[in-house]
Amino acid sequence: MAVQQLANGRFAWQRRTARAEWLNWLAWLAGVALTVFCWRVMTESTIWDYVWDAPTQAADIGGRMVPPRWSYFPNILKPLWDTLNIATLGTLLAVFISVPIAFLAARNTTPSVAFVRPVAILVIVSSRSINAIIWALLLVSILGPGILAGIIAIALRSIGFIGKLLYEAIEEIDAKQVEAISATGASGPQTLAYAIVPQIMPAFAGITVFRWDINIRESTVLGLVGAGGIGLNLESSLNTLAWPQVTLILLVILGTVVISEWISARIRHAII
Amino acid sequence: MADAVRPRRWRPAPLIANPWLRHGLTLGAAIYLALALGTVDVNWARVVDGLDRGARFIGGFLQPNFSSRWDDIVQGMIESLTMTVTSTVVGIAISIPIGIGAARNIVPRPVYYVCRSIIAVSRSLQEIIVAIFLVAMVGFGPFAGFLTLSFATIGFLSKLLAEDIEDIDPASVEAIRATGSGWFSMLSYGVLPQVMPRLIGLSLYRLDINFRESAVVGIVGAGGIGATLNTAIDRYEFDSAAAILLLIIGIVMVSEYTSSIIRKRVQ
Repeated sequence: MAVQQLANGRFAWQRRTARAEWLNWLAWLAGVALTVFCWRVMTESTIWDYVWDAPTQAADIGGRMVPPRWSYFPNILKPLWDTLNIATLGTLLAVFISVPIAFLAARNTTPSVAFVRPVAILVIVSSRSINAIIWALLLVSILGPGILAGIIAIALRSIGFIGKLLYEAIEEIDAKQVEAISATGASGPQTLAYAIVPQIMPAFAGITVFRWDINIRESTVLGLVGAGGIGLNLESSLNTLAWPQVTLILLVILGTVVISEWISARIRHAII
Repeated sequence: MADAVRPRRWRPAPLIANPWLRHGLTLGAAIYLALALGTVDVNWARVVDGLDRGARFIGGFLQPNFSSRWDDIVQGMIESLTMTVTSTVVGIAISIPIGIGAARNIVPRPVYYVCRSIIAVSRSLQEIIVAIFLVAMVGFGPFAGFLTLSFATIGFLSKLLAEDIEDIDPASVEAIRATGSGWFSMLSYGVLPQVMPRLIGLSLYRLDINFRESAVVGIVGAGGIGATLNTAIDRYEFDSAAAILLLIIGIVMVSEYTSSIIRKRVQ
């Protein structure tokens, strides 16, 4: 906020000082220049004829996609069950790995702030940076196609998510309760069990259910790279241009995602 | 009077108070686990074959090979980064009006429902599925990726912006209204200053996400580093794949660090 004296001697309110105004303007200029530059680099190889043709293509695909082929539904029940298992078992595996990592990463529980904590944080960041599909792509080429690759891919991506939110929750606990328990003469593990764990339990349950919900969403497409589940059927239907089947699979995926989101919202509401 | 003789031991309260529900859930979970683990049929011969590749992949992380695919990596990174910037900017530009329209407290009901449905559609479709369709429509290359990421940004940013606007302090809006201002002045002086710091934070966060997702859309042909990564993995060149993954992790770390500094300054 600034006040400027006008020519007639009165004062007028301004939103920014002249300096801030200039800085603001420069920031906008730099932003626009960067965007335009990126746009030009990106569209160098774009074939615009295809782009202008898109509405026709969309109408064509759209026309082929309806009506959905309902008779295909029994074929996707087993893959759907696989998808649920990939998400659930992947989340469980991630929980087992991420809980110790979170305790190592939290400033108040880590054995060493200088050495152990950075390693734990690095594990968390690496896991968060790589999408589950990319992990799946790698694991399928290592372990072969199948739901095991999917489970491990989901777990590898979830470690970072659960680990990060959990270690932040651990850092925010009330130190007084820890002090009270250790004042009774409790050992390290006892303090952990009676002072720290009860405080983070609701957050932990909420985070896990939230991640399970995201994992259901992600596991539906893991099959596109061969990691099992309903995505495999999507991939084969796309490859054979069986558009009515694609529609049905997409509808089933949508329904699954909506239901899992509802379940997770209900559980989190009940816990918190 | 057994209780009086034997000192009772204190136990922490269980998470679920109702014992029937508690034991029922435990039993259900055990049955589910048994059934689910039964569906994991592992081809052990294949896994043993793959162990060698797994070891090569882990070795690749220790000795990443940046040089043999360097030109492809540079090309992919340029596509990914430009795609990230343009899609985030376009996504934000579209999300702001939709986010404002989806805030229950400042717009009429019909606008609210239209904007909320746009958000629901964008959120329920996975990036990679959208990318498959867009590649089919506009052809291979980063333009399809740009469209995908812009579309995904709308659902994310509009929803969070709308929730933020719904939580603002109504007093300042009322104060601006009391000066006789119109709807747009109310928006720019009463609402936007309150949500601006969070909007900047969310936009930076989305920039991060868009970069990570740009590595995914390449797998289905929508350009970016994902295409390079896919080729490297398909040819079992795990040292090149590890190099690409390390680059992605490095860029995400740098951008997370930068955005945390900017967020601190803004808030």
